[in-house]
Amino acid sequence: MAVLEVRNLHVAVDGKRILKGVSLTVKSGEIVALMGPNGSGKSTLFQTIAGNPRYQVVEGDVLLDGASLKDAAPEERFAKGLFVGFQSPVAIPEVRFAFLIQAMLNKRSGKKLGDANPKIAEAFKIAGELGLKQDVFNRGVGAGFSGGEFKRAEVLLALLAKPSIAILDEPDSGLDIDGMAAISKALLRLAEGGAGILLSTHYARILKFLEPSKVYVMYDGRLVLEGGPEIVKKVEEAGYERLFKEAGIA
Amino acid sequence: MEKELADVRGMIIESERASELLGAAKPVPYAVELKGRITRDMIEEISKLKGEPDWMRRLRLRMLELFEKLPMPKWVRGVGEIDLETLVHYAKPQTQTARSWDELPKEIREYYEKLGLPEMEAKALLGLATQFDSEIVYFNFKRKLEEKGVVMLPMEEAVKKYPDLVKQYFMRVFPAEHKFAALHGALWSGGTFIYVPPGVRIEQPLETFFLIGGSMESQMEHSIVVADKGAQVHWIEGCSAPRLLKYSFHNGMVEGYAHEGADLKITTVQNWSRDIINFNNKRAVAEARAHVQWVEGSIGSKTTYTFPSTILKGEGASTEIYGITAANGGLWKENGAKVWHLAPDTKSRIVNKSISANGGTSVYRGMVYVAKGAKYARSHVQCDALVLDGDSANITIPHDQVFEETAVVTHEATASRISEEKLMYLRARGLTEDEAKASVVLGFVSDIVKDLPFEYAVVLQRVLELEFSKLGRVG
Ligand SMILES: Nc1ncnc2c1ncn2[C@@H]1O[C@H](COP(=O)(O)OP(=O)(O)O)[C@@H](O)[C@H]1O
Ligand SMILES: [Mg+2]
Repeated sequence: MAVLEVRNLHVAVDGKRILKGVSLTVKSGEIVALMGPNGSGKSTLFQTIAGNPRYQVVEGDVLLDGASLKDAAPEERFAKGLFVGFQSPVAIPEVRFAFLIQAMLNKRSGKKLGDANPKIAEAFKIAGELGLKQDVFNRGVGAGFSGGEFKRAEVLLALLAKPSIAILDEPDSGLDIDGMAAISKALLRLAEGGAGILLSTHYARILKFLEPSKVYVMYDGRLVLEGGPEIVKKVEEAGYERLFKEAGIA
Repeated sequence: MEKELADVRGMIIESERASELLGAAKPVPYAVELKGRITRDMIEEISKLKGEPDWMRRLRLRMLELFEKLPMPKWVRGVGEIDLETLVHYAKPQTQTARSWDELPKEIREYYEKLGLPEMEAKALLGLATQFDSEIVYFNFKRKLEEKGVVMLPMEEAVKKYPDLVKQYFMRVFPAEHKFAALHGALWSGGTFIYVPPGVRIEQPLETFFLIGGSMESQMEHSIVVADKGAQVHWIEGCSAPRLLKYSFHNGMVEGYAHEGADLKITTVQNWSRDIINFNNKRAVAEARAHVQWVEGSIGSKTTYTFPSTILKGEGASTEIYGITAANGGLWKENGAKVWHLAPDTKSRIVNKSISANGGTSVYRGMVYVAKGAKYARSHVQCDALVLDGDSANITIPHDQVFEETAVVTHEATASRISEEKLMYLRARGLTEDEAKASVVLGFVSDIVKDLPFEYAVVLQRVLELEFSKLGRVG
């Protein structure tokens, strides 16, 4: 049983305070959704959890199974079972996507980077299910990937890494309805397999598939609403602006 | 290419820097050392010691005259610090050319063992010659090739045994057109001569390995590789040196000749220590429908000037010139290419990949010449630079001279870096910072490396990995 805990997290980027006291919990097998308007700090939270050195923890902490991740490098967090998917494509044209998969799987199973890894065959199969074309394997990571391809690729990596906690930053944006369905199915499978899932999204649609047990809404670096699926409905009907007004937040 | 990364660890000894693989130089016994002013007497002495035929002695003397006349090239940096008069220009180690590794003096054998050459020979090669300073000290060549009429010999032996053959090529492909080429012609020593008869195709490579074992020396080996009509051969040259007290100067020459329909490949894995000022003179001719491929892996040395060049002489001849340049630390590395399109339907493709870090400068200096009448000649030049920090640079100096209207000459250049964002992404996928950097660097050159024989791809990757995974902060 894995637990990711974010405790009263304050984060600054380039000296600017972005997160102003965020607390949340994600447990094995659970799906937690994070909503909120652009610029509210969702990606900042995820990058901080991933251990991105640009994001400076000013106060608070992130804990995995009760242990602080404060001093853990990004690769150590990955090794502990954390997978954080990125929102926007990072282009690394030099590194072939197939190599990244092989390297990641090897690191996950404690082998050396370049060792042969038979699980690459599994990657092809899952890619098919996600609607990801085979030719991306021979391309550089993120290089010339469409928005949709990158999202599918991130979910593919999450599935292959078999993390105890998977965090996905807007896995649905840029996807058509079929893509969204494929990704939802994959994430449900991941949760059924025991992974805790934290995802951000702008759309109620994916959450209809996923039925998260908890929904948070972030605004200006704080979690301003917290509840169940009824929140998704409110966001969808009223929009953030009215919702915040009604709640006396903004 | 991915698998090899791990295997190679056993092959090359762990070290902080690829160029420090051999540690500090150890004293080696010499039979002869000629030092000081480059005079007619010195040239005569070398020629006599080698027991050369008169035509070669005269060739040397002609070259000496040219050397004295020709001006110092202005574009050469770092060569100014060389005081030719203080160098040992002929250093013959105290050994005969050995046919087995245990015949070699221990000090010399240990270097080759550290480099994994005996294993390489057993696994991948049909012929191997190794040069220590001025002479070939080890030579072995598969009998089955001899039976097919293939010749591979230390150059000195070839000069005596096959004078008519050698004369056709020796400094004919690369005449003494500048001061260093002339100097080379006067002082050359060592190198190999390879001749592959018509129609003979050699599937595995032949290699010559060059080692400079002492400080304040010059090494000026001369190698010729000839593929006669329809023949195929792949020759590999490796270069390495221990850490030297001061510096040494390398000024070698490679002349290649691909006769009609022949296929000639020349691959260099240059991993000199940081004390070598490395100058090269490399040129090949391709007759009709022949193909010449150069791969120049320029990893080590302090300063390098290397411009593999092809003269596309016959109709339908083609060439590929691939370069990988690593300029890590305050180094100046020039790795360019030259092609002369002299006949119709000739094709050239130049791909140059450079990596600069920690104040290193990599330079691509290239020239594509298309003569009038070389109808429908096509050339494409691609230069990709990976610059790892703000102190480092890449300079790309392409130069076209096109005198044929139907010719198409194109250029493409890219520049990239290992940004914090790239590193973060790879680290979030479990790679350490070092692994992330090595993956980017190796991936960057993988297009070129994947065409090399497996064992060499492994070595080149390992050397690059060593060179670039221990970088400081990049960004
Ligand atoms: N790397 C960064 N550098 C500077 N500002 C940033 C950076 N990342 C995020 N920000 C700022 O932090 C705020 C929150 O952004 P972000 O976390 O991307 O929000 P969201 O993901 O909810 O859209 C925004 O004002 C954004 O401009
Ligand atoms: Mg975001």
